[in-house]
Amino acid sequence: MNTLIAIIGLGVLCLLFEIFNLRKAIVPVTIIGLLAVLGLTVSEFNSTESYYNNMITVSKFSTAFSSLFIVLTIFLVGLGHNFYENHQNKISDFIAIKVFLLAGAVAMVSFGNLAMFFLGIEVLSISLYILAASDRLNLKSNEAGMKYFLMGSFASGILLFGICLIYGAMGSFDVIEISELSQSAELPIWFPIGIALLTIGMFFKIAAVPFHFWAPDVYEGSPALTTALMSTLAKVVAMATLYKLLSVMNADISEAFKIVVVVISMASMTVGNIMALRQVNVKRMLAFSGISHAGFMLMTLLSLSTSAASLLYYTTAYSLAGIAAFSVILYVCKNRDNEDITNFHGLGKSNPLLAAILTASLLSMAGIPIFAGFFAKLVLFSQTIQDGYIALVIVAVINSIISVGYYFKLILAMYTKEPNEEKTGRPFMIYAVAVVAIALNIIIGLFPSLVLDILG
Amino acid sequence: MNVSLILIILLVGAFATYIAGDKFASKVALFFGLAALGCSIVVLNHYNLGENISLINQWITKPNVSFALKADGLSLAMLLLTTALTPIIIFSSFGNDYKNAKAFYALILFMAFAMAGTFLAADGLLYYIFWELSLIPIYFIALIWGNGDAEERKKAVVKFFIYTLAGSLFMLVAFVYLYQKAGSFLIEDLYKINLSAAEQLWIFLAFFLAYAIKIPLIPFHTWQAKVYQKAPTVGTMLLSGIMLKMGLYSVIRWQLPLAPLAAKEYMFIFIAIGIAGVIYGSIVALRQKDLKKLLAYSSLAHVGLIAAGTYTLTLDGLSGAVLQMIAHGFVVVGLFFVAEIIFRRYETRVIAEMGGIRAQSPKFTSMFLILVLASVALPSTFNFVGEFTVLYSLSQINIWFAILGGTTIILGAYYMLKMFQYAMLGETNSKLFADVTANEGITLVLIIAVLFFFGLYPKPIVDLITPSLQEILTQINRIN
Repeated sequence: MNTLIAIIGLGVLCLLFEIFNLRKAIVPVTIIGLLAVLGLTVSEFNSTESYYNNMITVSKFSTAFSSLFIVLTIFLVGLGHNFYENHQNKISDFIAIKVFLLAGAVAMVSFGNLAMFFLGIEVLSISLYILAASDRLNLKSNEAGMKYFLMGSFASGILLFGICLIYGAMGSFDVIEISELSQSAELPIWFPIGIALLTIGMFFKIAAVPFHFWAPDVYEGSPALTTALMSTLAKVVAMATLYKLLSVMNADISEAFKIVVVVISMASMTVGNIMALRQVNVKRMLAFSGISHAGFMLMTLLSLSTSAASLLYYTTAYSLAGIAAFSVILYVCKNRDNEDITNFHGLGKSNPLLAAILTASLLSMAGIPIFAGFFAKLVLFSQTIQDGYIALVIVAVINSIISVGYYFKLILAMYTKEPNEEKTGRPFMIYAVAVVAIALNIIIGLFPSLVLDILG
Repeated sequence: MNVSLILIILLVGAFATYIAGDKFASKVALFFGLAALGCSIVVLNHYNLGENISLINQWITKPNVSFALKADGLSLAMLLLTTALTPIIIFSSFGNDYKNAKAFYALILFMAFAMAGTFLAADGLLYYIFWELSLIPIYFIALIWGNGDAEERKKAVVKFFIYTLAGSLFMLVAFVYLYQKAGSFLIEDLYKINLSAAEQLWIFLAFFLAYAIKIPLIPFHTWQAKVYQKAPTVGTMLLSGIMLKMGLYSVIRWQLPLAPLAAKEYMFIFIAIGIAGVIYGSIVALRQKDLKKLLAYSSLAHVGLIAAGTYTLTLDGLSGAVLQMIAHGFVVVGLFFVAEIIFRRYETRVIAEMGGIRAQSPKFTSMFLILVLASVALPSTFNFVGEFTVLYSLSQINIWFAILGGTTIILGAYYMLKMFQYAMLGETNSKLFADVTANEGITLVLIIAVLFFFGLYPKPIVDLITPSLQEILTQINRIN
């Protein structure tokens, strides 16, 4: 709760800075503020409390994921310093929206009441719509914002409908009451339908197949920093929320539901990977790669009671690699009108450090050892084999092999082609974010217990 | 004093080499390679005195993974192969001028680190991590410093990477499955599980995919020739000299003891796959025009025989296989180095463009001839000891296996000597061929010395590996 209040306060502070004309200080102050909030959140780690009639419940799960979201936001704000260089007079808006988005994200993992959950997801989504369309004069960005808004509001409608049906069945929005009532023998048919609709709405948000059609266009059209935000923070938030929704409301989900999850998980991995093979635009490629990673993360839904730790680890590994990759993309594609793979030609010669970082983050996503992505997959596979879904693991392994194909396309472009033009300038923030993100990734890859034991 | 010291030396060496800069990189790398060799000899002494040289530390609590390095005779033999060949390989590259040398030599040491780790790891997951880790440096070595057309090289190298990764991911699934049964990745704990015959078959096949691609066995060998041809010679040496031994070593260490029932039940099939590789590799080698490709196919034939030896599940087969692994490691490095020496002078690898070198460079010719004869298992060379033991063990299983496997020597003699004839003999070549330099000479003499020494006196290695192979055999023959 304190976290949420502090974050909103920070967002308001950002807007005040605009009034007092202190735009230059916004990025550093926000980063320091977020670090303070992070400290606050970590210090609350072992407390479990609920506020305002169970509107918000703080638990280990919510603090762990909130901390991850805050870390990601710090990185994204840091990248914003360079990205919004040419839009100095609007920088406070962009940063403030990101901070408010974080508030929505924190509300989404610490809700105790479905109303609060919906509030959180709307705060997050509306901020995302704005950010997607924030490059006002660019037609593609407008298109992306519009598409995302239409699809997103559609999904929100489905979510709301699901919440209504659950209310109709249970007579309450409070998740604890709902989960108590759901233990009883006779459940009205509205309840499972409501759960199904909620799940479908969240599948839209995490872009799982077959609800993924918005993702590639929106990712490609949005400004690169917004794409980074969507593919790391927003995806992780939606996945954690779906996990929490299902685990707090009905602890043992039915077999039929598990089969659906298995099928969607397989479809997401396969479709995402196969489509990614054909892309030449790096943002689009990472969008499809994100879809396939969503498929991997969905595997955690098969053992809700035990896999919180694996989900936290997977999301951390994935999003840290994503941040590192996107910071390199931001550097390379700055002042270019597209993000085609040709822009990366010869990066290994012209900028070895950033090329190495991008290589490392792609290797992590592909699941090569010592990077965190490897352990993420290992823990996930181990969990899934334990639950007896060997076929799903085999499909996941085959997909891991396919994914190497397109990750390496980018690596090859960096190391085997000649550079087309020299990039000048070494923006400090981009280097710092990239190095710190990949270093964190390798550290949790070498010592997975650091993250696994938090919720273990 | 324990084996982790060697890994630390190699890893620190990799970083030091990178920091040293392009000018001193090769010398720093050689220094650390020699240090690792020295250290492994010291470790070997400690082992022979009966001291404890292994290291087990808890690494991750959940899943239960240990940082376990254990060295028995078999591991130590493979470790020595790695640490002895690494400095030789580094030294052999002294005549070449590589762009961005610091990264190049750092990657070589890093690869040696990963391979040494693979041979020492006694924890399934740790072993898997080292196994995969060794793939990344060779990928970049072949990709960036390779020769020939960039597009073709890219295709070959990516194919290689995806093939090997695909195989090893199935091995990972097998490990995770075993982990669910045992609750630990430690090799002793994995040895203790009782699996049904059907489970063993699946585990065996998952491992087989990983190893058959790495070794490579027919029909998973299609990546090999192109990569050997396109990689820089140093990369080819690392691949053929050490890396493919990782696959063979793993068969003995992990695959056979973990799934003995499947290994016994389908023994004939797997031996036949190995023998098929021998015949196929030899016949294809006959037709090769490119020296490096010819050596690649001859290598395919030799490792096919080694794999067949391991799958006999007899002490002779296993020890012959290990001896032949070491012998082949040295001889193949020597032969690829010869190809490199010719390339340095003639800038060609096509056999038809060589010829008449003998008249200009007799010293080089005689060293080359010795290597050729060693590779076709001339008695008194190390390769004879290995190959003969393997063929003997095959004859115990079925005389036809031995006869068919023996073609490796007959056909090998034919294509190797034919190649030697076209490359070295004949009319004096119009192009000038300078005799070997001191550095090149030292490298070749060292390799030849090792081959003759152990060819005449293989006892130290046999004594080193036999106890541990016997242990593995009792594990294979336990009653399930």
